[in-house]
Amino acid sequence: MLLRDVFRFTGRSVLAHRMRSILTSLGIGIGVAAVVLLTSIGEGINRYIVEQFTQFGTNTIAVQPGKANTLGISAGVFNSVRPLSLQDAEALLRAPYVLHSVPAVSGSASVEARGRERNVNVFSVGPEFDQAFRFRVSRGTFLPHDDLERPRAVVVLGSTVYEELYGNENPLNDRVRIGGERYRVIGVMESKGDMLGIDLDDTVYIPAASGLTMFDREGLHEIDILYDDGANVNEVIAGIERILVARHGGEDFTIISQQQMLDVLGSIINVLTIGVGALGGISLLVGGVGIFTIMTIAVRERTGEIGLLRAVGAERSRILQLFLGEAVLLACLGGLGGLCAGVGIIAIVNITIPAMPASIAIEYVGLALGIAVLIGLVAGVLPARRAAAMEPLEALRTE
Amino acid sequence: MMRLRQLCRDFQVGDQVVHALDHVDLEIRSGEYISVMGASGSGKSTLLNILGLLDRATSGTYTLNGADVSTLDDNALAEQRQENIGFIFQSFHLIPRLTAVENVELPMLLSGTPVAVRRERAQEVLEAVGLGARFDHRPDQLSGGERQRVAIGRAIVMKPSLLLADEPTGNLDSRSSTEVVEIIEQLNDDGISLMVVTHDPDLGERARRHLFMRDGKIISDDGDAA
Repeated sequence: MLLRDVFRFTGRSVLAHRMRSILTSLGIGIGVAAVVLLTSIGEGINRYIVEQFTQFGTNTIAVQPGKANTLGISAGVFNSVRPLSLQDAEALLRAPYVLHSVPAVSGSASVEARGRERNVNVFSVGPEFDQAFRFRVSRGTFLPHDDLERPRAVVVLGSTVYEELYGNENPLNDRVRIGGERYRVIGVMESKGDMLGIDLDDTVYIPAASGLTMFDREGLHEIDILYDDGANVNEVIAGIERILVARHGGEDFTIISQQQMLDVLGSIINVLTIGVGALGGISLLVGGVGIFTIMTIAVRERTGEIGLLRAVGAERSRILQLFLGEAVLLACLGGLGGLCAGVGIIAIVNITIPAMPASIAIEYVGLALGIAVLIGLVAGVLPARRAAAMEPLEALRTE
Repeated sequence: MMRLRQLCRDFQVGDQVVHALDHVDLEIRSGEYISVMGASGSGKSTLLNILGLLDRATSGTYTLNGADVSTLDDNALAEQRQENIGFIFQSFHLIPRLTAVENVELPMLLSGTPVAVRRERAQEVLEAVGLGARFDHRPDQLSGGERQRVAIGRAIVMKPSLLLADEPTGNLDSRSSTEVVEIIEQLNDDGISLMVVTHDPDLGERARRHLFMRDGKIISDDGDAA
């Protein structure tokens, strides 16, 4: 039998019961559509998060006080350890490949200017913060390289803060009050948008030492390092470690590279994506049961036909092939239908709700189709084997 | 061209063994027209099924066109049926979703004949059985007699040497019966061997050679030259 004819024959069988075939395929279709949708949302979230974190560059390293074995311990919870000092931050500039070392303390405070008051985030950072994280100043300058311990009381405003307090007026050299202290405005930042929902522009930047005083802290929250693109991250980490261990007399700090962070986040999201994909997989399984049921019925209904085919020269393997082909065809139809539906829904979502991160995960789509075919095969094997095992004479007698 | 020697076919029914065929000897020459008659359970259908290679003998030998086919495996039997045997069933056994011409094509489809060749041959056969105008009709759009003529077309499309008909007119009215019988007799006149199993004495009479069976044995055979 020509391969073309095998396809045509199975196609005719599927078409002969149009409604039944559509309903059977629907089970697989819904499964594939579910897998496509769920994994696409997972992939979308993954990309969204990576984008959020890499907007500040990927070659950054954060040093935090206290030794934690896992990520996620908030900075400064270990009081017995030596705090990270401004001098530590400065010393780290001597570590190999380090381009910028930015001490950072953050908190929130109220800002008053021109009779207006606003609660904002306060980033109290070193003067190289803007270069390290690719922030730009739109007006004036960023924090100057001042005396480490006693910097001048100056502030750079985030664009939201500037607009809210000054409208369009020139803020430079104006005096503002932050947490009760007076600061002179020396610059305004360009808008940076938001990260994970936090408005980065609703922020003021003051020198690190001022922040330590304002928030009454002994040490920094964090030292952020920007290193040379070409450097091996492990070498950079080793250099930082050496310097800090020498200064502190022990490893009482935690070093997290951006890459590690992304890797950990990525693997968490991957596990979630696989998890939701597996949920969709359950509907594929249900679809497989549907195909099994319909094929079992089809074999029973067409017993006479099986007998006839055997009588006019079909071998057992041919009967097996025809019925298996039918099951796979049903699964494929469902799979393709589900794929189109899933991709279509994602396209509509991307157009109508641009904020919703959804991005087709091509490897999962391929996997879903492959699994659909496999399910067709598995679901079809038993009924097809039963068909092939029939004795032609017995089959012909069945009406 | 067909020879059965000491052929037995036993069936196990409960704890009893039924001898459906009991040491049958039979020789059929090319172009013969044979009717097989007998009561129900006399073994006539079993004989037909054995000759058609749909059933296997318990013992004895069956020689078809000079070759012993009693020991062939399943696939080889399928091939023999395809090439040498045409079946006509009481209940037609047409595939309802296929048109008349596609039903006729079925054996050629299974043998891997290219579509152009088999379509031409199938139309030729359908014209031969008087259904030239009904190529595209599905079985449910055809009368009983027409359906059986499609089935005859399917049986002869591979040019078999033996045509086996099991109660070919059993489901037909008398006018359709006459048409169908005339067609298969015409095929026999053209050289094909024909064996008809029937309860109908009028149909049985028309054959040139008459077998009567009882209890798995051929009790009368008026044409046995051997």
